[in-house]
Amino acid sequence: MTAIDLARLQFAFTIGFHIVFPVFSIGLASYLAVLNVLHLTTGRRVFLDLFDYWKRIFAIAFGMGVVSGIVMSYQLGTNWSVYSDKVGPILGPLMGYEVLSAFFLEAGFLGVMLFGRERVGPGLHAFACLMVAFGTFLSAFWILAANSWMQTPAGYAINADGQFVPTNWFAVIFNPSFPYRLVHMVLAAYLTTAFAVGAVGALHLLRDSRDAAARMMFSMAMAMATVVAPIQIAAGDAHGLNTLQYQPAKIAALEGDFETQSPAPLILFGLPNMKTEHTDDAIEIPWLGSLILTHTLGGEIKGLKAFPPSERPYSPLIFWNFRIMVGLGLAMAGLGLWSLYLRWRGRIYDSRWLHRAALLLGPSGFIAVLAGWTTTEAGRQPCTVYGLLRTAQSASPIAAPAVGASLIAFVVVYFMVFAAGVFYILRSMNLPPTVGAHEPPPPGALRASGITPAQAIGGDS
Amino acid sequence: MSLDLPFIWAGLIAFAVLAYVMLDGFDLGVGILFPFVPDKADRDDMMNSVAPVWDGNETWLVLGGGGLFAVFPLAYAVIMPALYAPLIAMLLGLTFRGVAFEFRWRTKRAAFLWDIAFAGGSMIAAFFQGVALGALVQGIPVQGRAYAGGWWDWLTPFSMLTGVALVVGYALLGSTWLIYKTEGKLQAEAYRFAGLTAAATVALIGAASLWTPFLKGSYMARWFVWPQVLYTAPVPLLVTGTAWVLFFGLKRGSALTPFLASLALFALCYVGIGISFYPYIVPNSITIWQAASPDSSLAFLLVGASVLIPMILIYTGYAYWVFRGKVNAHAGGYH
Repeated sequence: MTAIDLARLQFAFTIGFHIVFPVFSIGLASYLAVLNVLHLTTGRRVFLDLFDYWKRIFAIAFGMGVVSGIVMSYQLGTNWSVYSDKVGPILGPLMGYEVLSAFFLEAGFLGVMLFGRERVGPGLHAFACLMVAFGTFLSAFWILAANSWMQTPAGYAINADGQFVPTNWFAVIFNPSFPYRLVHMVLAAYLTTAFAVGAVGALHLLRDSRDAAARMMFSMAMAMATVVAPIQIAAGDAHGLNTLQYQPAKIAALEGDFETQSPAPLILFGLPNMKTEHTDDAIEIPWLGSLILTHTLGGEIKGLKAFPPSERPYSPLIFWNFRIMVGLGLAMAGLGLWSLYLRWRGRIYDSRWLHRAALLLGPSGFIAVLAGWTTTEAGRQPCTVYGLLRTAQSASPIAAPAVGASLIAFVVVYFMVFAAGVFYILRSMNLPPTVGAHEPPPPGALRASGITPAQAIGGDS
Repeated sequence: MSLDLPFIWAGLIAFAVLAYVMLDGFDLGVGILFPFVPDKADRDDMMNSVAPVWDGNETWLVLGGGGLFAVFPLAYAVIMPALYAPLIAMLLGLTFRGVAFEFRWRTKRAAFLWDIAFAGGSMIAAFFQGVALGALVQGIPVQGRAYAGGWWDWLTPFSMLTGVALVVGYALLGSTWLIYKTEGKLQAEAYRFAGLTAAATVALIGAASLWTPFLKGSYMARWFVWPQVLYTAPVPLLVTGTAWVLFFGLKRGSALTPFLASLALFALCYVGIGISFYPYIVPNSITIWQAASPDSSLAFLLVGASVLIPMILIYTGYAYWVFRGKVNAHAGGYH
């Protein structure tokens, strides 16, 4: 392996480990803010129980996101110094805004959120939770602007030193693929969290279907699945059309299309072979490829052969990761519809098969996110900045043994540390969510809390 | 209107790194002292004293690194590969200690392992930050727009000295922080640690300061040539005065003075390094103007920074205010 291969492997490994935690914290931070505000407004105990329950899990996930994220902010320089020098003037300020607007906001209010409820009171505590949630969203905004610029660069010029320099910041930030990627990713974070929460709810319903907190979290999670999964499919479709316009080679690779065809079939499954330039054993549905990607029956889809071999992304990897993502997305939407039907029939808390299915799909969001990111990032190859800066010309002047040694160190440490973290998260999820009384306070108490909010809520906590 | 944007940004990045060193310095220091405090309840207090703020403290490191990438990408692209091994070691150390804040409370059987991770990670991170600083001070060879040295260049007696000095210095910050935040037996121990680490820190500052001018002629010229010495001489004099305040505060048993004096000591040393470096960002190879992004990048980020940094300071101050006062096991965290 060359130093570049090792550096790519190291980046894929560290970012793959990193990304699952921010995805979970973006979703959980919003969920916690919602629970906190619901408790503040309704005074119902179950929301506080759920808040405390998920807060512990959030703290672990957030901590792992922070430490693996610090690695990312230095790895661009250690392993990809030429890239850093060239894109720094454009991507640096975007990440600078991420640090200044998002990371500090999260970190500043995280302590209050986790430890400060008694010290600041419920109102300010809810505010702190909202700030943390807002910070996670801002973080997603800036980092996706940066990533999208690498996919669809805009608003730049190239100076005498070969650096990309900004000419129009609005065009840099709101580059062509950014709005689609942002929506797709934030929805993915919500959906991932909904299925994780839903699985935990399902687990505890399978043990005790009357557990009030388990019922509440399961109901909330399934409502998210019902509403968000179909929206996510529509957002993914729009993202795909955008990719077809700006990165047609990526679409050809993820569809396994080598020949340019109109109308193009949809290859459901097959084995793309880069050497023979053919997808073997393909199972195809005629016209459907054109219908999905051009929204017409006869639209032309370019195949990989339309691009020189040096410009082609590696289809087998992308083809399969894309199918994993889409398959899981459809399964999530299916579960959402099923839960809607059972909710309508009044059996959402009693259907053991629904609970088993939700438990099974618990990790689906994480897997879909990793598969989706592999699709879009490997699909950007062989470039770091699409069409402008090749990956082979982006790396640091570091010898392969050094990159290899640090890769091994990261692998060993991450497996130790994150295996422990995931273990603690799973163990926390295994604990029953309801503390104390099962029943929500009677309506009288709710009215009382409306009259004298401070005491009623204070006494409750 | 023409602002010297690279100069302003050099000041802001320098501020971010100083904020990092002072803030994460004391919470890393608490980790470094962990092995010397055997009692579990005391260790709980130590960790709880920094648990609500450590994440914010460490964010300044991300601003230092990310800011360098944003406004001095050439320096970022040269320094990171040059300091490859120490930086990776620092990151791995920070990983261990960062997760220990949560993991330690999630287990009884393996708690001792996370104590080791917390202490070991803090020591490794501190040591390699010091090594990285020493390697930067002794200079980095550059050719074209890239690092031109080998991957063991950072390993020298001088960088080992700065590595040890930073571990000891952080331990001083940690022990004076504990004096401020704790009471009783733990506070008494913290006074003892502070006395030892204060003496060692002052000695190590002296050693590094005397060694530095001999590394490069330009450093020697800055510190010992008339009339420049008029501008630079106040720094060692202030260091001496601050050290006296520190020892006096410890002797008198004040709670806050030793911590503030230790922070001042760090700030002064930092100013001293800045005096040696200026106008270079990579000593004697790349100046801040050569490394800077174009003004359009610097201005764009400065607009945000001038609004956001004051806000950050306000709500960071608020977070410290919320968790003011002594920690103790009963009023501890949510764990």
